[in-house]
Amino acid sequence: MSFVEALREHSILAGPGETIDAARVLAVLGMDDRERVREGLAASLLRRSGQRTVFDQVFDLYFPVSVGGRSDEPADLESLREQLVQALAAGTAGEQQALAQAAVDAFGRFGEGSQGAGGWSAYQTLQRLRPETLLVRVLAALRADDPGFMADVRRDEVRRQIAGFRRMVETEARRRTAELRGRETVARNAVAPPSDRVDFLTAGRAQLADMRRAIYPLSRKLATRLAARRRRARRGEIDIRRTLRRSIAFGGVPVKPAFKRRRPGRPELVLLCDMSGSVAGFAHFTLLLTQALRDQFSKVRAFAFVETTDEVTHLVKAGAENPAGLAARIHREAKLTRWDGHSDYTHSLQVFVDQWLDAVGPRTSVLILGDARNNGGDPNLPALRRIVGNARRAYWLNPESPRLWSTGDSLANEYATVVEMHECRTVHQLSELITRLLPV
Amino acid sequence: MLFDSVDEVAQRLASAGYLTSTAIATTVFLADRLGKPLLVEGPAGVGKTELARAVATATGSQLVRLQCYEGIDEARALYEWNHAKQLLRITAGRDESWHEARADIFTEEFLLPRPLLTAIRNPDPTVLLIDETDKADVEVEGLLLEVLGDFQVTVPELGTITATRKPFVVLTSNATRELSEALKRRCLFLHLDFPDSERELEIVRLKVPEVSGTLAESLVRVVGALRALELRKSPSIAETIDWARTLLALGADHLDEAVVHATLGVVLKYEADKKRAVNELKVLG
Repeated sequence: MSFVEALREHSILAGPGETIDAARVLAVLGMDDRERVREGLAASLLRRSGQRTVFDQVFDLYFPVSVGGRSDEPADLESLREQLVQALAAGTAGEQQALAQAAVDAFGRFGEGSQGAGGWSAYQTLQRLRPETLLVRVLAALRADDPGFMADVRRDEVRRQIAGFRRMVETEARRRTAELRGRETVARNAVAPPSDRVDFLTAGRAQLADMRRAIYPLSRKLATRLAARRRRARRGEIDIRRTLRRSIAFGGVPVKPAFKRRRPGRPELVLLCDMSGSVAGFAHFTLLLTQALRDQFSKVRAFAFVETTDEVTHLVKAGAENPAGLAARIHREAKLTRWDGHSDYTHSLQVFVDQWLDAVGPRTSVLILGDARNNGGDPNLPALRRIVGNARRAYWLNPESPRLWSTGDSLANEYATVVEMHECRTVHQLSELITRLLPV
Repeated sequence: MLFDSVDEVAQRLASAGYLTSTAIATTVFLADRLGKPLLVEGPAGVGKTELARAVATATGSQLVRLQCYEGIDEARALYEWNHAKQLLRITAGRDESWHEARADIFTEEFLLPRPLLTAIRNPDPTVLLIDETDKADVEVEGLLLEVLGDFQVTVPELGTITATRKPFVVLTSNATRELSEALKRRCLFLHLDFPDSERELEIVRLKVPEVSGTLAESLVRVVGALRALELRKSPSIAETIDWARTLLALGADHLDEAVVHATLGVVLKYEADKKRAVNELKVLG
C-alpha cells in the first residue's frame, strides 16, 4: 500500500483497481523471486513506458535486496578497485551489485550514526572509488586485440558498464539512507523524475541527452495527432450551393449533402529563441522539435538572440545530424552578442522588427521562447506589439513557473499583456502546448 | 490455465523459438493466471507480434489476428451479416411468410464472424492478437472494452454470446497515440525494449544458427554501440537478425571496417543516421 502511495507522489497514477491487481499478482507469484515480483508489479501498476525508471527506483527502496551492510570483508580501496576491474571485464551484473554494496559500506558513510544527521553518500563513494579511471585497466584485463574500430566499440561498452556501476552505487546509497531515515522521506526526495517531467532549466547533461532522444518519437506522435485533428476538422459546414446542385439528380431531395472543402493550410512558423545561458537548454530542445516537425509546416524560420538577433534557420537544418552540437554552433556562427553576452530583449526585438519583420505575415504563427529576464532594460513593448500585430497568432513560451514571473529582472507580466504567455517547463508541457496551440 | 509456472512459460516459449526475459515470462504467466489481456508496448521490431505467435505455438492454440488500421469499424472487427446471402435466401423462398423469412435469415448461417467474434466463440484454446491498437480510432477502443472486459459480444438478433473459454489476448501498440486509460486499466502492461546483449546474442544464435560465435558476438556488440548513439531510429532485434543473415550471405566470417561500411544500410534506415554512425564508429570503408 505505501509502495503505491509513493508511486502516486511521483505522478504514476495507480488507482485502487491497480492496487488490487498488484495484490493478486503477489498472491499468484509469491514473494520468492525478487525480479519476478518487480516485473509482476510493473505489469499491473504501470500504464506508460516512461514511468519505468521511477518505478524501478521506488521498487528498490521498498523491496531491498538485503538489509544492512555486509561486514564480512573489510575492503580497502585498492583491492576493491581490483575486484571491480574483474567484475567489469566479466560483465557480470550480480558481482558488480555486490561490489557496489561493499563500496558504499566502506566509503559512503558520512556524519555520525546519530538520528537524522548521518547518511550514506553515493557521491562520496564514487569520489573515492573513481570508477572512470578504471577504463584502461578493464581493457587490459580483457586483453582485447580487436581490429580497428572494434576496439572503440569495446571501449564504449566498458564505459557504459561503468556508468551502470555508478547507478548501482547510487541505488545502494539511497537504500542505505532509507534504512536510516525511513523510506517515505527518501522516496519523496531522492527519486529522479521521468525525462518528460524534468525541468528544462535544471536538467543535467544526461537528462538533456535523454530528452533529445525522445524528440523523434515525440515528433511522430505530434504529427499523427495534428493530422488526425485536421482530418476531423475537414468535415464541417454544408456547402449549400453544391448540395442543391447535387440534389437535382434525386428530384430535388438532398440525398447526399456536399460539405465545404477546407483549404489545406500549412501554416508558417517563426521561432524567436533566447539562446542566453539561462534558458539555452529549453530553446535548443524546442528548435530541434520544430525542426523534426517541419513537414507539418510550409515554412519554418528560426531566429536566435542574446543581445541582438540573427537568423539561424540554416544552422538548425544542418544541426539535425548532430543535435548535441547545435547550441555551440549557433553561438559560434551566428551574431548574437554585442558586448557582454547578457540577454537584451529591448535591442533584440528592435533588430528583429527592423530587419526581419517581413518574415511574419498573416499566415505565420510566432513562438517566442525565453524567460523575459531583460537585465533591467526597457521592455520595448511597441516592437513586440508590431510582431504580434503582423502575425496570425503569437505565443510566448516561458520556461519558468508562473510564480517566478516578474520577479527580479523578469518582465514576464509586462510582455504577457501583449502576447499570450504560457508556462512551459517540461517536455510533457511542451508537447501538450504544441498540439493545442498550432493551427489546424 | 495454459501454464503452471513462470519457468514453464520461459521454457515452452523458448522451444517455440522465442527467448524470454524475466519480464516477459512473468507477465505472460500473470496474464494467463489472472485472465487479463496483455498490452505490449515498445519500438518497432522488438518482437511484440512475435510474442503472441510464440504463445500460440507453445500452447498449441489457434492464433486469431486482428490488424488495426485507421477507420476499422465494428463490421471489420466483430461480425457482419452476409447481406448478399440473405438476399439470395429471400428470393429463393418466395412464397413463405414474412415471419418465417425473418426468423431464418438472422441465424448463424448468415453471420460472418470477424476476428473478435471468432476468438470468443472458439471452444479450443485461442490466442487473440490485436495488432497496432494505437492505429485504430478511439471508437474501436470502446468496442474492445466490452469484449475484453467481459469476453462477451452482443448480437441484437441472436443474443449475447459469452466466451466458453477465455482467449489469451495480446494487444500491441507502438505508442504513436496514448490509448485510453479505461483500456489500459483492463490490461497488464508490458514494455518491450531492446534486449540486453546476452539475450540478443542468444536470439541471434537461435534465429541464425549458421553464424559463428565470434561473429555473432561482435555483431551484437556493434549494434549495442549503435543504440548508444543518438539516432533517429535505433536498430532493433529484427535488424540485428537481418544483419546476421546478410553477413552470412556475403560469406563474411568476421566484422571489419569494410564489411561494416558496406552493410550498414541493413541496420540503419536513415541517411543521416548512417553518416553519423560512420563518423562515430570511425569506419571509413
